[in-house]
Amino acid sequence: MTKTHDNRAWWLVLPVFLLVAFSAILPMMTVVNYSVQDIFDSSTRFFVGADWYRQILNDPRLHDSLLRQFIFSGCVLLIEIPLGIAVALAMPTRGRWASACLIVMAIPLLIPWNVVGTIWQIFGRADIGLLGYSLRELGISYNYASNTRDAWLTVLVMDVWHWTSLVALLCYSGLRAIPDAYYQAARIDRASAWAVFRYIQLPKLKSVLLIAVMLRFMDSFMIYTEPFVLTGGGPGNATTFLSQTLTKMAVGQFDLGPAAAFSLIYFLIILLVSWLFYTAMTHSDQK
Amino acid sequence: MAEIRLQNLAHSYSSQPQGATDYAIREMDHVWEQGGAYALLGPSGCGKSTLLNIISGLLSPSEGDVLFDTRKVNTLSPEQRNIAQVFQFPVVYDTMTVFDNLAFPLRNQGVAESRVASKVHEIAEVLDLHPLLKRKAHNLTADEKQKVSMGRGLVRDDVSAILFDEPLTVIDPHLKWKLRRKLKQIHEQFNITMIYVTHDQLEASTFADKIAVMYGGQIVQFGTPRELFERPQHTFVGYFVGSPGMNLIEVQAREGGVTFGDQHLPLPAALAEQLPGLAAKRLHIGIRPEFVQVSDEPGVGGMLAEAVRVEDLGTYKIITLRLQGHLIKARLPEDQAVPKYEAWVGFPAQWLMLYADDRLVEAQP
Amino acid sequence: MSLTLEHVTKTVDGQLHIDDASLNFEPGSFNVLIGRTLSGKTSLMRLMAGLDKPTRGRVLMNGADVTGVPVRKRNVSMVYQQFINYPTLTVYENIASPLRQAGVGKADIERKVGETAEMLHIEAFLQKHPLELSGGQQQRTAMARALVKDADLVLFDEPLVNLDYKLREELRQEMRELFKTRRSIAVYATTEPNEALALGGNATILHEGRVIQSGPTSAVYHRPSQVLSAELFSEPPINLLPGRIAANEVSFQDCMHFPLNADLSGLDKGEYRFGIRPSHIGLVPSNDDDLEVSGLVELAEISGSETFLHVRNEHLSLVLHLQGVHDYHVDSPIRVYIPTHKLFVFDASGRLAQAPARRA
Repeated sequence: MTKTHDNRAWWLVLPVFLLVAFSAILPMMTVVNYSVQDIFDSSTRFFVGADWYRQILNDPRLHDSLLRQFIFSGCVLLIEIPLGIAVALAMPTRGRWASACLIVMAIPLLIPWNVVGTIWQIFGRADIGLLGYSLRELGISYNYASNTRDAWLTVLVMDVWHWTSLVALLCYSGLRAIPDAYYQAARIDRASAWAVFRYIQLPKLKSVLLIAVMLRFMDSFMIYTEPFVLTGGGPGNATTFLSQTLTKMAVGQFDLGPAAAFSLIYFLIILLVSWLFYTAMTHSDQK
Repeated sequence: MAEIRLQNLAHSYSSQPQGATDYAIREMDHVWEQGGAYALLGPSGCGKSTLLNIISGLLSPSEGDVLFDTRKVNTLSPEQRNIAQVFQFPVVYDTMTVFDNLAFPLRNQGVAESRVASKVHEIAEVLDLHPLLKRKAHNLTADEKQKVSMGRGLVRDDVSAILFDEPLTVIDPHLKWKLRRKLKQIHEQFNITMIYVTHDQLEASTFADKIAVMYGGQIVQFGTPRELFERPQHTFVGYFVGSPGMNLIEVQAREGGVTFGDQHLPLPAALAEQLPGLAAKRLHIGIRPEFVQVSDEPGVGGMLAEAVRVEDLGTYKIITLRLQGHLIKARLPEDQAVPKYEAWVGFPAQWLMLYADDRLVEAQP
Repeated sequence: MSLTLEHVTKTVDGQLHIDDASLNFEPGSFNVLIGRTLSGKTSLMRLMAGLDKPTRGRVLMNGADVTGVPVRKRNVSMVYQQFINYPTLTVYENIASPLRQAGVGKADIERKVGETAEMLHIEAFLQKHPLELSGGQQQRTAMARALVKDADLVLFDEPLVNLDYKLREELRQEMRELFKTRRSIAVYATTEPNEALALGGNATILHEGRVIQSGPTSAVYHRPSQVLSAELFSEPPINLLPGRIAANEVSFQDCMHFPLNADLSGLDKGEYRFGIRPSHIGLVPSNDDDLEVSGLVELAEISGSETFLHVRNEHLSLVLHLQGVHDYHVDSPIRVYIPTHKLFVFDASGRLAQAPARRA
């Protein structure tokens, strides 16, 4: 179905365009501007060309952060996507239990992110936290403040707890769209549960999964609040992800130039990887 | 192959059915014989899809028994009953090729690959799917997909019956034609029990050896297309089968015949002598448009009617006439002259049916 | 108000959806668009309504150019295949909605809604919601909403396809009645030739975006202007036989001949395609000069009152549409008779050279 093309519609877009311009495009241009200058204060600045970019790209702190971030995002996707699908498959489709389930699944998504961080911070403490206390009673050594492995695990579990619901709800709606006849036909063909999943459910979930993967990737790549509240980036910089490094640089040290350059690089990385994901997933559709 | 028997079967979707209206299928006893081509014909909401799902095993009846070759199968699932079903819209596994789609049921049963290949090729040959075997299923047109759906039902050797739930709904008319022919040929070739659900009486008539007409959850008549056409047992069958349906006129019994308006129509003796016994019932006479005689001459027993409207349907014409205030239709061959204002109509006794409370009154021998 | 399409073309993404269509509809006419799926019926109706703009060509209403005028400004209604109603409004509100939009007074709304609901036999359901009704009743609600505002142009896009066979028959009848007294132009799209014949009025045959033939339905059916027209507008499909007209005889595939008769003698010699309708071929000769064809029965499809017989021999295959029940087994030998006076003759380019003469 083609829509009528009416150029007057652009006038309606104008207010939004102006808003976006002010809140996103102009600041972005400012960032680009800063990234090529050395700024001491509001009146003293020098043009330094691509100096900051060179410095950033060679900064070992940045490389470490980037590596940590990729590992984190990778783990998040590897856990949350299959888990979300599994939960969606297990959720009831009809009746009052279905509504109850949907509400329960939505709750973690509604909690403010710093509260999420705080919940897990307290939860994991050995003195007043249920998890920390239970683990200590069971004799398992667990301290997310001082042990790198524990800190990583806690951050990952926290993210899974927080965001798997999104994947689950998206997949749940995708599954509801599959007509019953497909399942009936599969039963008649004596297909195993795995075959049903592989040949009916998974192909029909493709577009929904694309959205889920893109969203989770972008959000986890930009993650800031939750790990910051939980571990503060520690122990040391074991859980210091890309956004926190950037913030330290820009706000903490007031190095606006390098921070601006870093922001742009950050933005471009997300753009590139997202584009790769999107092309890969939609390309397999065209075959 | 199986003989399918329904005993005291009834089904209600509610757990505590109160009255007849709560039942989707009202009590019925019925036998579908092995190897036959059957149709379940009825309007939307008459229960035909429910009945089909009970036969296939997708639904378990709330009362009564379903027997396959004298074995009770109420609780058995479709795969356990060896039923294949083709749905209203084509169900194919999009990511697989046509070959894999057809091979799927066999592979799930663990059949050897060589046997799978030979069976798939055999069925693809019958359904004219050979050129498409290597293509991915989701690139096919609707009728090709529907053929693949049918093919999946045919590949299995052990299939006891194939059930079709309005399978030609999404197909274009000129292709519907070809697929109907194909279904008939398949039935002749493989001799499997086939049950075809539809609301299209032409589809049902051309496919089935015997049709079960359903109305309000019951099978009102089970007979060959010819029987349904020439001797409908129920006014609904008269109305539903045939295009246009049977003309029905409400009448009163009087002196060896019936009357409507100012017209008195004598009935053959065999029917007339039963009239006193039917005094308390609602009477109708029915005659199909194909059998109404229309001419310019009064003839014997001709009734004067006013011509209201003529429709040219290409191969024939339908004339609507007003007879004593009742509108009736008659079918005229293509070349017959169409009366302009009025005509004489005759109802040959051979084709005139009498109905009491919607049921056919049979002439006692 | 009349509707005219002048050389309308619509191209989308390089694909030609409508190819140079020119049509003229008179006020008060009932027009049927026949074509297979994707032949352009919906695209054409959208152009008529103003939902789409043509790439080239003009749309005129009453002589005035409305090509760029959006649908809101035109007085158009449309009924779709899926029963489209506002699910949260009652049937009454559904039907009243276009009138409320137009700012019609309350008393007038009540009167018009009542009248329209009565016309479509849904006055008993006015306080119900569409989803509580059966398919037929929902579609009647959609039609009532389309008819209540007395639009100049009412478009129906295969509205009866999702309904029962019998319900379709009834609604078709009602629709013809409804439009008898109105001045609006009705345009009805369908894929079924038999439905077009039942509706009557005027017919336009579409194929791959082109208008193949247009005119009164009866005329289009009985005098197809080209082979494609005959093929698309007959169900069961017309039998086509390639043949040749020589000095004094007609031959098919060089094996069957019959002497040139009076009807065909006016044609030049050469290669032609001959068409014979399935309902004209008989099991007994109807005339002395019928052409006899022997073959084997491929399949007999029997409905209660008619039989479709598929016959073939090594040169041709035919479909017969016979009245009554004729039970034949597969591969039984049979002789059929083609009345030579009922042949359609199409020349090498597909155009009609001769149609059988009709009585009455």
